[in-house]
Amino acid sequence: MSTPVAANAVIRCENLHRHLGHDAGRVHVLRGVSFEAERGLVHAIVGPSGCGKSTLLYQLGLLDKPDDGRIWIGGELVSNSSDELRTAARGRHLGFVFQFHFLMLEFSALENVMMPMRKLGRLNEAAMAERARHLLGEVGLGDKTHRLGTELSGGEQQRVVVARALANEPSVILADEPTGNLDQKNSTMVFDLLARLARENGQAVVLVTHNPEIAKRSDRVLSMRDGVFV
Amino acid sequence: MSPNLRIALRFLTARRRAMFMSLIGIMVGVGFFIVTQAQTSGFEDFFIKTILGTNGALKIEDRLQATLFPMEADGADGHSDFLVASDGNKKIIPGVEDPARISEAVRHFKNVSGVSIVLEGTATLATNVSGATAHVQGVNIADHLAVSDLSRQILQGSLADFRIVPTGAVVGSILAARQKLHPGDSFTLEWNGALRRYRVSAIFETGVSDIDRVRIYVHLPEARSLFQKPTGASFLQVNLFDPGRAREDAVRIQEVIGHVVAPWQKREKTWLDVFRALRLSSAITVSTIILISGLAMFNTLAMVVMEKTKDIAILRSMGYARADIARIFIWQGAIVLAAGAMAGCVLGAAATYGVSKLPIRIRGIFSTDSFVVSWSLSHYVAAVLIASVIVMAASLIPARRAARLEPGDVIRGTSQ
Repeated sequence: MSTPVAANAVIRCENLHRHLGHDAGRVHVLRGVSFEAERGLVHAIVGPSGCGKSTLLYQLGLLDKPDDGRIWIGGELVSNSSDELRTAARGRHLGFVFQFHFLMLEFSALENVMMPMRKLGRLNEAAMAERARHLLGEVGLGDKTHRLGTELSGGEQQRVVVARALANEPSVILADEPTGNLDQKNSTMVFDLLARLARENGQAVVLVTHNPEIAKRSDRVLSMRDGVFV
Repeated sequence: MSPNLRIALRFLTARRRAMFMSLIGIMVGVGFFIVTQAQTSGFEDFFIKTILGTNGALKIEDRLQATLFPMEADGADGHSDFLVASDGNKKIIPGVEDPARISEAVRHFKNVSGVSIVLEGTATLATNVSGATAHVQGVNIADHLAVSDLSRQILQGSLADFRIVPTGAVVGSILAARQKLHPGDSFTLEWNGALRRYRVSAIFETGVSDIDRVRIYVHLPEARSLFQKPTGASFLQVNLFDPGRAREDAVRIQEVIGHVVAPWQKREKTWLDVFRALRLSSAITVSTIILISGLAMFNTLAMVVMEKTKDIAILRSMGYARADIARIFIWQGAIVLAAGAMAGCVLGAAATYGVSKLPIRIRGIFSTDSFVVSWSLSHYVAAVLIASVIVMAASLIPARRAARLEPGDVIRGTSQ
């Protein structure tokens, strides 16, 4: 049975199932998860390790295909689309922040932020550079735009990743333990940044966290256990 | 610049040394390919030039006569005297009976640039030193210069002297050296008991030792007198504007004049096959260098793919499609290939130039005092083509592997 859909839901999934592993090691990680995220709100998914939080995030991010269930982004059913359509949907609608930064280290901060814009191709080179500088300024790295990834601290790298996630003005930002690898000060800074920018730009933030402080400051908290929300 | 190319350029720096080694391998492979092809083709071309300048593009010799055979017909007495000609049973009559008429007919072919009537025979040469067997060719020198490089093959004496001296002779260099003959010396030729005296007007060298050892040119009337053959000829030597069309022209001329016409490709098939085998063998050998470079490229790109799985996952999460990822790695192969191939062409050209200056004395099938090279664009095109096929095939496999990576698997493997 379908649940009622919130008017400003930008991403929604229904009855998601996902198994991981093979043969005897096969585990039913997601057991019929349904979820929706609304614009301008920060949604925190919490739960013990292995409960399926990250798997759900990758499903919502179209980085993985569900065994069963459906996903809509901006009202468009994308869960069973072709790889090309899912890839295009990622570029248009989604921004990712991962725990281990995943910055491309051979590129400068500016180039990292411009990377998704170059693929989308909406702006010209000058406009892309301008927007990247603006975003880096927003995350407090306006003076380090030309530093390579290797020349930035862990906190700075994560802030570049936040700027990069916002580059194409996605409607949803998916963050997997975005502060998991940072100290308290940097954790607070990154979360505040995400929350502020999401609210200002009307973006939905879905983050997976083990940090109770972060969860407490989120607009909605959803607990997961054994592959379902409890 | 496309985003994929931009990323590919930056990824190249990740394994700079390995990429550089692959580039060096491609450069050396392409360069060696070019220089070996330039040498083998150079010698082959020079050999062809020599044989064309010595024996002409076509040789018209024996007459073909269709044999007649009786075919049964229903005659009044039950016997038949009905005869038909058959292409399958042609009789060969040695020599050219009416060389002037055949020569005139052959000159009408568009590609024919010259025809020389040659009367050939074997005579015994005698000098103060000793005697030897000589292959005497009686020619009309003006005609023969139009079908040979004899004017450029003169080592001593002059053809001007030969032109004005009715008993003049042009003697092959090896024969002259063995008989200690010099311009102005005289010698005798004996055939069938008749003896005639000649004076050396010039000494020639074709570089083909089989010719230089035995051949003597005399005037055609002198040859007729020596061999007591007032009419006819042994063969006609024909030169063509485009010697490459000799096979086709030989077929057409033979059809028209009813004489055996041998193109230079058929006459020199053995040596041409040797040159072709050498060229192919060197191409295969040198291609292994390019193949090894391709394997190095494969290895390097496979390592880059392994090292860049996270970056691939990030790019996929940003909206880069599988095809984009494949292109990024194919670009890397293409960039190294382009740089290696360009450097290889420069190396090949420089090495070819250097080799052409190396001294080497060759006599036997041609005459040269330095390495002979051929400057042909086809060598460069072939080298780049082989390198492109090998390197791009080597790049394709890691590129496909990179494109197949599932971003979810990569990120999950790192984050959990």
